[in-house]
Formats: sequence, structure tokens, C-alpha cells
Amino acid sequence: MLSGNDGGIAISVQGAVKLYGSLRALAGVDLEVRQGEFFGLLGPNGAGKTTLISALAGLARLSAGHIAVMGHDVVTDYRAARRMLGVVPQELVFDPFFSVREVLRIQSGYFGVKDNEAWIDELLENLDLTSKANANMRTLSGGMKRRVLVAQALVHKPPVIVLDEPTAGVDVELRQTLWKFIQKLNAAGHTIVLTTHYLEEAEALCTRIAMLKAGRVIALDTTANILRRVSSHALKVRVAEAIVLPEALQEKLVCHEAEEMSFSFEKYEDVEAMLAALRTAGAVLHDVEITKPDLEQAFIGMMSKA
Amino acid sequence: MIAFRTLLYKEALRFWKVAFQTVGAPVLTSVMYLMIFSQVLADRVKVYDTVRYTDFLIPGLVMMSVLQNAFSNSSSSLIQSKITGNIVFVLLPPISYREFYAAYVIASVMRGIVVGLGVWIAALPFAQVAVVHPLWALGFALLGGAMLGTLGIIAGIWADKFDQLAAFQNFMIMPLTMLSGVFYSIHSLPSFWQGVSHLNPFFFMIDGFRYGFFGVSDVSPWLSFAVVAVALTVLTGVCLEMLRRGYKLRH
Ligand SMILES: Nc1ncnc2c1ncn2[C@@H]1O[C@H](COP(=O)(O)OP(=O)(O)O)[C@@H](O)[C@H]1O
Ligand SMILES: [Mg+2]
Repeated sequence: MLSGNDGGIAISVQGAVKLYGSLRALAGVDLEVRQGEFFGLLGPNGAGKTTLISALAGLARLSAGHIAVMGHDVVTDYRAARRMLGVVPQELVFDPFFSVREVLRIQSGYFGVKDNEAWIDELLENLDLTSKANANMRTLSGGMKRRVLVAQALVHKPPVIVLDEPTAGVDVELRQTLWKFIQKLNAAGHTIVLTTHYLEEAEALCTRIAMLKAGRVIALDTTANILRRVSSHALKVRVAEAIVLPEALQEKLVCHEAEEMSFSFEKYEDVEAMLAALRTAGAVLHDVEITKPDLEQAFIGMMSKA
Repeated sequence: MIAFRTLLYKEALRFWKVAFQTVGAPVLTSVMYLMIFSQVLADRVKVYDTVRYTDFLIPGLVMMSVLQNAFSNSSSSLIQSKITGNIVFVLLPPISYREFYAAYVIASVMRGIVVGLGVWIAALPFAQVAVVHPLWALGFALLGGAMLGTLGIIAGIWADKFDQLAAFQNFMIMPLTMLSGVFYSIHSLPSFWQGVSHLNPFFFMIDGFRYGFFGVSDVSPWLSFAVVAVALTVLTGVCLEMLRRGYKLRH
């Protein structure tokens, strides 16, 4: 399919700002995604993930900053940029007038691709859609519609593929089918950008992760480094009443809700010292629990700290 | 070029797949108008000396169908796509705003012409005169269809909800069409209302189209042609600028 990753830049985002009235959906984002990467864009709802993708795809216009896809500016050189890009939108949209095959033929035409039947068949096959090829879009289940959206994004074999929460509300089977196919595309040299709020998903698939919060990148690193950073073990305690934490504990705090606190630690030897520090601070412990790395929890903790 | 052709094909296929509603229904409506008005008014309304009222009515109804259906096509396609969100399928590909404009307008003209032809054929049994200047008639149908197709794009992009589009249709398109002389010659109006009619570009489209049928009209076909051409040019300019900026499409 593609010649593999040559390490060039697939997506470059520079100083991206997007204002909706007084709301800063993007508050100055800088990012680079290299060719061949499987890149994760993580963040809670409202972080600006979809806005960033919209700007990338030309569906929204930045208030300031620049974005380029495979070196083509998405505004000044939009034709080339869009040819390089396949986007699976977050919303489950479809055109009720057409069948699956018609939709894919039409989408191919929009990208200037003629006689695309062989590739359309391959897409249908890989996404388990072959039996639905002539079904009207209206008659498909949500999961099937999602698959068609993926196929539509790929009709022109874009080197850069962006999927905006493709597995939100999707059954396990589709998840498996989808990830197998996307990994195959990645192995063939396509750059993949995936947004999700399932950290496990990102952990399993992505080589690098950017965490977005309130329109800013709060972490950008390899998945391994991010995991090392966010997640060691956790010591969860419930105290009788709120206390002032000593500084040594403060920096280990990952989550704090009323009387419940979670602290991260690397080695079990540290636990004793932490409990001692809590007692010194005047805490009366009601409950103590040690948990294995909980990615979701650590992720949430990181998000609320930044 | 392939992108433009595909978008045009898709827009044409969209209305053709539901031709029963998009072509059949408006043809039926016009034929009902024709039967009722020609029955009721044939002896009461006097238009040109040489033209029977029923013959006078036919081109008016044909052109009215062309105009209304051209408007319907682009406006309803766009608002549906916007509201259901599937407009992204045409916004993501490398389609220029000019191609976008051309595809939607041409599909609208096609729908207008198909419905217009349908009305005309259905009306043939009632008609007694042949078309004198078919090229004039065709020219006005094309220009008028393009103008309303353009207006449909503007309205479809501007409207956020179906009822806003309906308001545009009911409070602008309908009155302008009804007051354009489809059912009467403006010469039968008091001079004040004749003057008002001359401010309505729809009047010139209908009058010019009718000239194509009979070789008689209220004003010179060249004047009508000029008015329609200018109106189309202005609307096209407005529409292209909206599309270029991505008004309400790319926020
Ligand atoms: N078209 C819009 N108009 C106004 N505000 C918007 C629009 N699109 C997104 N927003 C706001 O921008 C912020 C980021 O949204 P979004 O990019 O959808 O977040 P995410 O995809 O990370 O959940 C949210 O506060 C959202 O309400
Ligand atoms: Mg989103």
C-alpha cells in the first residue's frame, strides 16, 4: 500500500487557537505526528479533541495558528491536504438515500478516484460489510453505520487516518474488527490518529499519546513514558476529617475527593513512610487500601492535577 | 472534475430516487391548477387578444414549476444534510467551493427542467398553440432554474432549521411567484401594481418564458433576459462568497 514510514511529519499543528465566542476550545496547541505513528489524542469530554480534528479536516477554521497534513497547509493548500487525510467523524452520520456501495462509490468520486471497485470490495471485506453492500444505509444498525463511516474515510487510501472516538458505544466485536484492520493499515505505513477516552485502548494501540485538557496539551510523550509517569501503585485512604497534607505527600497525590485520597508510590517500602506522614499530619484513618496500577484512575488524576 | 461530476450525479440521483415526491407530486399539483383555473376563469380573464386563457396559463405553470422545484432541490438537500450531519461527506473531500456551487445549481436546474417538462407534457392535451420560440423558452427556463437553484443554496445554508427554510419559501418564494403574473397578465392590473410587478424578477422570468411560447409578452424578452441575467449574476456572487467563506458550513 504505502512505502512505510520514512519519519517525515504527517501532521503539524502550530499554535492552534480556536475561539467559540469567549470559549477557548483550543488554547494554543502545538503537536507533531510523524509518519507511520499510531498516535493517541486523549482527553475528557470538551477537551477540544473534536475541534482539533475539525480544524485539521477543514471543517472548522482556526482563530490563530496553522495546521499542515503531509506538509500541505489545510487552508492554503486544502486540496492536497484533504487528499492526504481520511477522517472518521465522531457523530454517527449517514446518507439515507443510498446503499453502502453507492455511498462508497460516491465518496471515491469526491476524492477524484475512478473505478474503485477492487478497493471498495477490500474495504467491505475487511470491515465485515460484504453482506450489507447493497443494503440501504437507513436499514443498518449503529455498529454497521460506524463501519461504513470507516470505509468512507478510507476510499482514497489516505496516508493519514484520523478516527474520532470510533469505539464509543460500540460492541466488542466491532472493536476487535476495527482495531485489527486499523493495525493492519498502520503496519502498511498509514499514520493513525485516534481519539478516545478509554486509556486502555490507547495503551494497547498507540505508540505516542497527547493528553488534551481545556484546549491545551498537558502531556505529550510515548505511551510507555506516560504510563510510567501516571501510574505506579496507589495507596487509597479515607480519613475522618480533612487534613493539611505535608509537602512530601502532596506531590504523590493523584486523586482527592473530600475525605478520600489516593497517593501513588513505586515501592511497597514507601507505604510505611506515607502512613507515618499522614499520622503526623493528624489524620485518623478510617480505611486503607492498596491498589494495583489503575490506568483510568491515574489518567483522571493526571487530568485533574494539570 | 471527477469530484464535481460525482457531486452532481449524487445530487441528481438524490431527487431521482424519490421522483414520486420530487417530480410526480409537483406535476400533479400544476395539472390541478391548470384544470381548475382554466375551467373557472377561461371566460372571465382576458389576456392577449390572440391567446386563449388556458394557453396563457400553461407556460406560467410550467415556469412556476421549474422555479419552485429548482429552489426546493438545493435548499432541501442542503438543510437535510446540515441537520443530519452528513454534509461532512462533501466538506471533507477536496471539492472547491465553485465545484460545490456548480453541482448544486446544475442538479437544481435538472430537477426544475424535469418537472417543467412533466407539467408541459401533462398540459399538452389542453393546449392549442405550438411553442413559437423554443430557444427563448429554454433559455429562460435554464436561467430561472439556475437563479432559484442559487437562491436555494443560499437559503439552505442560511437556515438552521426546517421552519426557517419553510418561512423563506412561504414568505419570499411563494409570494414572488404568485405575484409574477402566472395566472394573469400584469396589463390587467392597475398601473401602480404594474409598477410593483416590475420590481419582481420573477415577473421577468415568467414573461420571458411566455414570450418563448407565444411570441407575445408584457415586456421585451431582451429586457427580461437582461433583468434575469443580472439577478442571477448578483445571487451567484453572493452565494459564491458565502461558500468561499464557509458561512455556516465551516465554522
Ligand atoms: N460549534 C461549536 N460552537 C460552540 N462551541 C463549540 C462548538 N464545537 C465545540 N464547542 C465547544 O468547544 C469545546 C471543545 O469541544 P470538543 O472539541 O467537541 O471536545 P472533545 O471532542 O474533546 O469532547 C467544548 O466546550 C464545546 O462545547
Ligand atoms: Mg469529541
